Amino acid sequence: MSNDSVSKTIIVATLLCLVCSVIVSVAAVSLKPIQKQNKLLDKQKNILAAAGLLSPGVSVKDAFEKVEVKLVNVSEGRFATESELADLGVTDLSLYNQRRAAKTSGINVKLPSDIDTASIHSRAKYAAVYLYRDSNGGLDKIILPIHGYGLWSTLYGFIALENDLNTVAGLGFYEHAETPGLGGEVDNPRWKAQWPGKQVYKEDNSVGLRLKKGGVDASKPQAIYQVDALAGASLTSRGVTNLVQFWMGNDGFGLFLNNIRGEGV
Amino acid sequence: MSDAPKTKTILLGPIFNDNPIGLQILGICSALAVTTNLNTTLTMCLALTLVTAFSSFFISSIRKHIPTSIRIIVQMIIIASLVIVVDQALKAYAYGISKDLSVFVGLIITNCIVMGRAEAFAMKNPPVLSFLDGIGNGLGYSAMLLTLGVIRELSGSGKLFGIEIIPLVSDGGWYVPCGIMLLPPSAFFLIGLIIWGLRTVKTDQVEAIDFKITSHTKVKDAF
Repeated sequence: MSNDSVSKTIIVATLLCLVCSVIVSVAAVSLKPIQKQNKLLDKQKNILAAAGLLSPGVSVKDAFEKVEVKLVNVSEGRFATESELADLGVTDLSLYNQRRAAKTSGINVKLPSDIDTASIHSRAKYAAVYLYRDSNGGLDKIILPIHGYGLWSTLYGFIALENDLNTVAGLGFYEHAETPGLGGEVDNPRWKAQWPGKQVYKEDNSVGLRLKKGGVDASKPQAIYQVDALAGASLTSRGVTNLVQFWMGNDGFGLFLNNIRGEGV
Repeated sequence: MSDAPKTKTILLGPIFNDNPIGLQILGICSALAVTTNLNTTLTMCLALTLVTAFSSFFISSIRKHIPTSIRIIVQMIIIASLVIVVDQALKAYAYGISKDLSVFVGLIITNCIVMGRAEAFAMKNPPVLSFLDGIGNGLGYSAMLLTLGVIRELSGSGKLFGIEIIPLVSDGGWYVPCGIMLLPPSAFFLIGLIIWGLRTVKTDQVEAIDFKITSHTKVKDAF
């Protein structure tokens, strides 16, 4: 049979496609469980890293044992009820995809431009928050997902608060595409080390926490609400300020934090 | 025994004499994208070398049965399948690196080196030689990428393989990093300089000028 005959062409194409699709499917299916595990582990690592709970020698899995995942109805400022969870169809909360939810109509909330200071257009109706318990079962830290637009990209990260729900325990971004060396310094551990101990809310309950251009003057009383802006990255710094203020404010987790401050968790 | 020198040329030739990036100017896109940090660079080099070698091997083994009318598609299917397998394996066993490489592993499919070797060499040569040719071109690509990676990571972030070599000003050291080295254009400049260097030493790599710019018409020529 000639190589260029129609029948040979069809036979070669069919056989090749069959063999290749089998190889690809076997690889994809057999590696799927490990990949899923990796994805989950990576997320848990980011959560723990933001709260400063990642210590060498302790595996991510062990450290995450003490963390409890909860969904929060952001606009109403309370934990999601059983029926809301059932409507959402989420059985395993660790698999809740908040990013997809933010883009899915019905379970997202469109943000009008006057309140959308973080430039995210819409947010998920329910946010996954992480409660870190101390050994007596009381709340030690709460870790909240935050995101917003910087200069080039949306920064995704977590902010961790101490159990007074006002003092920052840590902040970290796990995904962004800001300029390396300038806005990309949001990943610099020395910059991130300034966050723990800062206060989020002022006495009138407005969000005070922000980045300060030109450096923070520690002698001023407002220094407790301020973190140095990133050098050479005004727009990334402004983005970080905006997203922190948005998520800590009343259109973000402000109401929720206020409620659980009274009721406890 | 007569094969020995040929094997050596096939395997080591692409590193300096016939570098896929330096001489053939193929595979530039990934060279710009993945060389800011040596961990991703090395993974990319390994992935590309493996894909080139195995795709050349498989294509060469069935080369006598590939109908000419669909040969490019056949090559693409083999290459694409291998790349997907590599991508899946990376996601399972090197998740962090696969996240850094993001789409660039998938883009090996469109990397001109893989396709170029399949079409130019594997279609005409036996499987083992094609395999070696794939490894050789992978090494040539790796040599260029690792050079870029060392220069870019060291001058851009003062590190090699993520380990601090030169303490940066922002971390309390003395070195002010060269920020442009972390941006894609710097790889272009570096590749240009390396090609210049290569062609200065190996003058046989200089291409014949195929277009000469003439001088402007002078005013008096017009009359």
